This record gives sequence, C-alpha cells and structure tokens, in this order.
Amino acid sequence: MASKGICDRVAIVGMGCTKFGEHWNRSASDLLVDAVQDAYGSAGIEPDNVDAYWLGTTGSGISGLTLSEPLKIQYKPVTRLENMCATGSEAMRNAAYAVASGAYDLVMAVGVEKLKDSGFSGLTGSAPPGDGTESGMTAPANFSLLAPAYAEKYGVDLETMRDVLTRIAYKNHYNGARNDKAQFQREVPVEKINSSPKIAGMLGIMDCSGVSDGAAAAVICRAEDAHKYNDNPIFIKALSFVAGPAEGAKRQDYDFTSFPEVVESARDAYEQAGIEDAREQISMAEVHDCFTPTELVLMEDLGFSPRGQAWKDTMDGRFDLDGDQPINPDGGLKSFGHPIGASGLRMMYEMWLQLRGEAGERQIAEPKLGLTHNLGGAPGRCVSFVSVVGL
Amino acid sequence: MSGIVRYGSYVPFFRIQRSALGGGRGERAAASYDEDSASMAVEASREALRELPEDAAVDTVAFASTSAPYTEKLNAATLQAATNLPKSVSALDFGGSSRAGLSALLAGLDMAAAGRTVLVAASEVTVGAPSGPRESGGGDAAAAFVLGGGEPIARLIGRASCTEEVLDVWQSPGMPFAKQWEERFGASIFTPLLVDTFTRALSDAGVAASDLSKVVLDGTNARVFRGFMRPSGLTPAQLADGLAGTVGRAGAAHAGLVLASALDGASAGDRIAVACVADGVDVAVFEVTDAIDDGRPKHTVASWVESKRDDLAYTTYLKWRDVLPFEPPRRPDPDRPAAPPMQRAERWKFAFLGSRCNRCGNTNLPPQRVCVVCQASDDSTIEPYADGECRISTFTLDRLAYSLQPPVVGAVVDFDKGGRMLCQLTDVDPDKVAIGDELEMTFRRLYTAGGVHNYFWKARPRR
Repeated sequence: MASKGICDRVAIVGMGCTKFGEHWNRSASDLLVDAVQDAYGSAGIEPDNVDAYWLGTTGSGISGLTLSEPLKIQYKPVTRLENMCATGSEAMRNAAYAVASGAYDLVMAVGVEKLKDSGFSGLTGSAPPGDGTESGMTAPANFSLLAPAYAEKYGVDLETMRDVLTRIAYKNHYNGARNDKAQFQREVPVEKINSSPKIAGMLGIMDCSGVSDGAAAAVICRAEDAHKYNDNPIFIKALSFVAGPAEGAKRQDYDFTSFPEVVESARDAYEQAGIEDAREQISMAEVHDCFTPTELVLMEDLGFSPRGQAWKDTMDGRFDLDGDQPINPDGGLKSFGHPIGASGLRMMYEMWLQLRGEAGERQIAEPKLGLTHNLGGAPGRCVSFVSVVGL
Repeated sequence: MSGIVRYGSYVPFFRIQRSALGGGRGERAAASYDEDSASMAVEASREALRELPEDAAVDTVAFASTSAPYTEKLNAATLQAATNLPKSVSALDFGGSSRAGLSALLAGLDMAAAGRTVLVAASEVTVGAPSGPRESGGGDAAAAFVLGGGEPIARLIGRASCTEEVLDVWQSPGMPFAKQWEERFGASIFTPLLVDTFTRALSDAGVAASDLSKVVLDGTNARVFRGFMRPSGLTPAQLADGLAGTVGRAGAAHAGLVLASALDGASAGDRIAVACVADGVDVAVFEVTDAIDDGRPKHTVASWVESKRDDLAYTTYLKWRDVLPFEPPRRPDPDRPAAPPMQRAERWKFAFLGSRCNRCGNTNLPPQRVCVVCQASDDSTIEPYADGECRISTFTLDRLAYSLQPPVVGAVVDFDKGGRMLCQLTDVDPDKVAIGDELEMTFRRLYTAGGVHNYFWKARPRR
C-alpha cells in the first residue's frame, strides 16, 4: 500500500496569513476575514471564483458556517475539519485532492484558532464524555518524555541536552525576530531560556510554543491553471498523512526517541516527491516544534540527521537560518506562535514566501524544495503530516 | 462457629505532626488528597482478600464509615467493584456513629453464623474543626475483615451490646464539622455502661478478664476508660496500643484497626476483647486459632505505620480536606465522568482488569477489542492487574496539570507480566523518582467533579 500522490498536479496560487499573537480585539471571525481576504488579494481573485472551502479549526467553531457566515460566502461547500494540531495541514491536503480529482477548479484551505479567549494557560480541549480514566497529563508533560529518553539512548549528558534544547529555542526566536507576523519578535538570550520557569520535566516555559490567535489561508488549483492566477505559483510535490495505532503508550518496546508516525509519513512523502536523500535535497523545512525536544527528534525522523546525530547538527548550526538546512526560518511554533488550526497553513505560508523570494531578511538563497511537517497528539499516540513543495 | 477468616489494614502514607496542629505529642495519619474512606476501604480489603481459603467465597459486602463519600449511592458497591467481587453479593453501608465499624463486624459475624461469607470494611477520614481536639486527635485509616465459617483465624466466643440515646458526638446535614458535648458528661454516662457491657460479654464468652491477652478500647471519649480498668479487673499490660501517637483515632475504622494490630501480634489461643464506646457500647471477644499463621496479611499495621512521609504542611492538609479555599491553577476544572462510559469501562476503571490476547499473548491496558501487537480482533481473555508488579519506564513532573499536590508525577509504567500504561504516581516524593523504580497499584479518587467521585488506579512506590 502506498499513496500515489499528486506530484506537480496541484499548485498554490495565493496565500494569506494574519499576524499571530494575543489578538484581544479580534474574534475568530475577524481573523478569518483578514486571512481569507488577504489570500483572495494574493491570488487576484474574487470570492465568486472559489468553488469550495476547507476550514480547519480544533475548537474555535463548529461546521462550515464558522467560515461562510463571517465572509458571507454565497451558498458554497465549506467543510470544517479537525485533526488535532495537524488540522491546518489537513484542510490543505483535502482541498488539494479536491482540485486534483477534477471536482472543483479553484478551492481554498483555511485554518483558524482563537486560543486566548479561554483564560487558561496552555491548550484546553473538550473531550467527549468519558470514563475518567485518562492519565490527565498535559501536552508539555507528554512531550517532555522525549528529552531524557533521547539523552539516555544516545549518551548525551543532561547538561548538554539542556544546551541543545536551548539552542533550538534560541534559533527559532532568532528567526522570529526577523518576522513581522510572528507572535514573539525578539531574540531571547540563552540564559533566559535556560532559567525559564519549569513546566514539565526538563522543559521550561521557553521550551514551549506560543499560545496564540491567528488564521491563514491558501488558494489552490490544478497546476495547468496556476498561471491564470499567479505568475509565481508554487507546486505540491507530496502530501502525506498518517494516523498511528497509538501503540507507544501500550507497548513496552516504544522508547520515546522517535515518532513512528512521522517516519512513515516522511517515507511516503519522499516516495511521492521522488526524494532519495532528504538531508541533501530538502532546502528548508517548517517542522512542528511544539516543544524543543520535538524538533530535535523530528530532525531524525524526517531524515535530516542520522539517528543519534541531530543534537550535534543542531549545535553545529546546520539548522540555523544561515546553515545548510534551515529549519523553521519563520520562527516556528516556538516564536511565530501556535494557533492550532492555522499552524499547518502558516508553515506553508513561509514556503510560499521563501520559494517566491519574498521572505525579506529571512530569505534563504535559492531554495528548491521546502518541507512542512505538522504533528498532532503526543509521543506514542499521534498523527503526522508531511508536505513537500517546490517551484 | 463463625469468626474472622482473614483481615487487612491500611494507613495512608502522610502524617501531620501534632505540633503543626497547635500542640500535642506525636503525629496523626492523613489520607492523601486522592483518597477517601471508600478508596482506603478498598486498600484494606485487598489485603484481607489476597489469599482467601478456597472455601471462603465472599457473598456479602459491608462498608462502615461516618465519612462515606456519597450520602446517597451505595459506597459498598464501589468496594465490590474495586475488589472484583461477584455482582451476586449483597451489599450494605453502615454509618451514623463511629461505633458503626464494630457494629458492622458483629453484624457480619451474625451473617457468617448463618452461613454467609462477609467482607466488612470500616474506613474513616476524620476531619475536625481547625484547632479542635477532633482534628488533632483524629486519624485516617481503614480495616477490613472477611468473616465466615470453616477454619477462622479467630473465633467469636462472646459479645454484648448496649445502646444509649445521648448527645455525645453529633453532626447534622449542613454542619461542616462534628461537635462533641463536654467529655466529663460523656464519661459519667458511658463508663458504667462499658463496665456492664464488658462484663456481660466476658460472661457470654465464659472467660475472666485475666484470661484476655489483649483488650482493644476505643471510643469517642478517652476519659470513659479512666474509671473502667479497675472495676473490670484489667491491668494496663493487657491494653492494646491504641495508636493515638502514630495514627490518631480513625473513627469507625479505629476499633478494627487496633484489632488488626492486635491480631498481627497474636498467637494461637490468645483471647482478644474489642470494645467500642459511641452512642452505646459494643464488645466482641475473640479466641485466636491455630490457623492464624496461614492468615496473616501482607502488611501489618506496624508496617503501614512505619511507611510514611511525616512532614505534611498544615495548609496543605487543610486544602486536601477542602477546609481552606485556595487559588486554583489557570486550567479548566476536570470533567465530570459520565455514567454510561464508566459503566462500560467498569471492570477496567474499578477492578483494573486488562486483556491478554489469546493469539499473541500481549497484554492490552486498558482492554482492547483489537490487539495492539497482532491486531487479532475480539480474541482475548480478561486478566487482573491490580496486584501486578510494575516499574517506571520513564516519567515526568507535570507542573501545569491540575492537582491538589503539584507537580503531578506522570509515568510510563511497564508491568512485569506484560502491558504498559501511562498513569499518575501517588504517595511519591517528586525529587526521588527514578527510572526503574518498583511500583504497585493503588485505588484512588482522582478528583470530584459535579459531585461525582472519579475513582481510578494510580501507581505508588512499594510500601
């Protein structure tokens, strides 16, 4: 079994993205209006041109009406979907397959999340009525399990491990400081990252992504129509999505140093895109750095570093903005912020800017292939999305 | 003749020093934030049920407490479910007086005499008004007894009771704490009643006071016993240690707890009298049999008493008992568990039964219809894991999760006989947790939401 893929058959011809952050004066509806109208403008289209919409949000609205009502979309299909933190990417994947199938010619994928209205710290979710036996651990606690496990497996002492995690946070804030849409636009000194208040295990608050509000949108059509809308479209090389059987929390052989779901989605995506060596062929990537150790493990699961070597590559600067393989050039979840449903499309927005040479101070020299990676869940129990895009 | 077939006890892990409660000697036991009288009754009952003789099949379950988690909803049903006893048992809740524990024991012995096999668990979380004698002198603990025929470890050889309508200790709905009338008055009423009842019980047993190797004296009012010893012909050497300095009086559980302690040290032929004075008097006289050495529980009362953390802060204690309001974390309140999902998951949630795949032998926790290893469907056998030995595979300290004792210690727990689960650790020092630590499972009340107590299992370092 394998995905056949839609390599070079679908293009993105316009994108929009709001600033991410604490938008106390903007509702989810406002953010949607901003992002969608931005995308209309980017593609040079009118609302009438769009045949169908996919809206991703985990908790800022239910049903397609969440989008059609604020934008007054005129009697068109709007699909609302959710796939944990990979929700935005899922909206895009389903929209891309819809045009590839020929059912529609021009569609839009939209993601939104309004997190800051809850008044709570961290993420909150509404689970269906349950039996009360869930572990009750928070997201940072679940992901914190990665750090000591990685350190033990590869013989990295905990002090060095702390330096590696700090380097990841430092790098992503460095990048975000060069992005006027990021939630946090300041570099953060290493000492401040090292001494931030502890949240879970080794992780301090500066190891966690930003809780924020935001929206992003992409206009998608078949490749042959792309130049009707835009002189500089980008093309989808691969879209892969995997939901795991959640066995890590149930099987004693899972060791919390890898996401098997990511390994499989990367393998699938590389096959679709014809990539043989991700470390050499992928110019840049936006990955799901929800917590610093996640980014570390992802470097190996995505094939950017050999097993047990990502910590060295990180410290050697390979993943810095001016490194051989820049990771999270826009600041990532860490610095750009993580409004759940919007994040997958925000990642693609950076690919859109970089591939078209519009990333300004953050511009990477002549990128050829970009990758976005979006994860939902926790180590041992997650979903994973990988896309590859290029010119 | 009927008697005690097996017994067990439970003393929670935490102690608070009386010096922290405004004075007094020693310490008292305090249930953790995730315990209540039902969960502690389960722990004591697991001790009593661990190695039952083959001919002792429990068919009746009784729970006794004045601090029952539910005023309406059968607490004995929680006990039945969590100890994995058959649904065909009859079940009763006893309460209304701290004498309820010994009264339930006598009632259970009566049922045993009629041919039934009865689990009686008495348990108490004693919450007194801050700075009062009940707070300082009270304790939290549980005791459980399996009563039946066959070859008991201790036979009931005599008993007597008396009931007195008197205002001694009282608590009516809406009162946050029980009150007690002046002790001197109580003593004037109860001492003569105790002398009389005790004498009748000895006469029923056909033994003299001097024949008793241990006497357990328990009641709402220690002053009652001052004038009792001499007229009853007892000497101080016969008195069992009432655990006042180590546990405190654990209400309805206390007579049973001290009896359990006496049984821990008993030999065949010993005669033990137990008296409880509250709203009257119950006295039971037991004779220990040759079977005692086959019926000793895994934990003695003394071993529970020694296994402790003794520096519980008073403000923390008051938070745990819901006496002191406090700033909640900036996190949503936990959801009330829903009745139908709890019903469907009952054997997992209460009895902690997992499933073992019939095809590949893998353990699935919680039970899965499709095996996580070989994907065989609907082909597994239910197995108990509550007594399964397990250890920490990895863990984290979660400072964000809602808890009355942050940080939450979340652990990936691997069972020696197979299976893994993510669960919370309890009775643990977060600074001393390590990968590989040996754990055991314990039944706890995770939280209460919407008036519903959410019971489930946690792991704790072995005690």
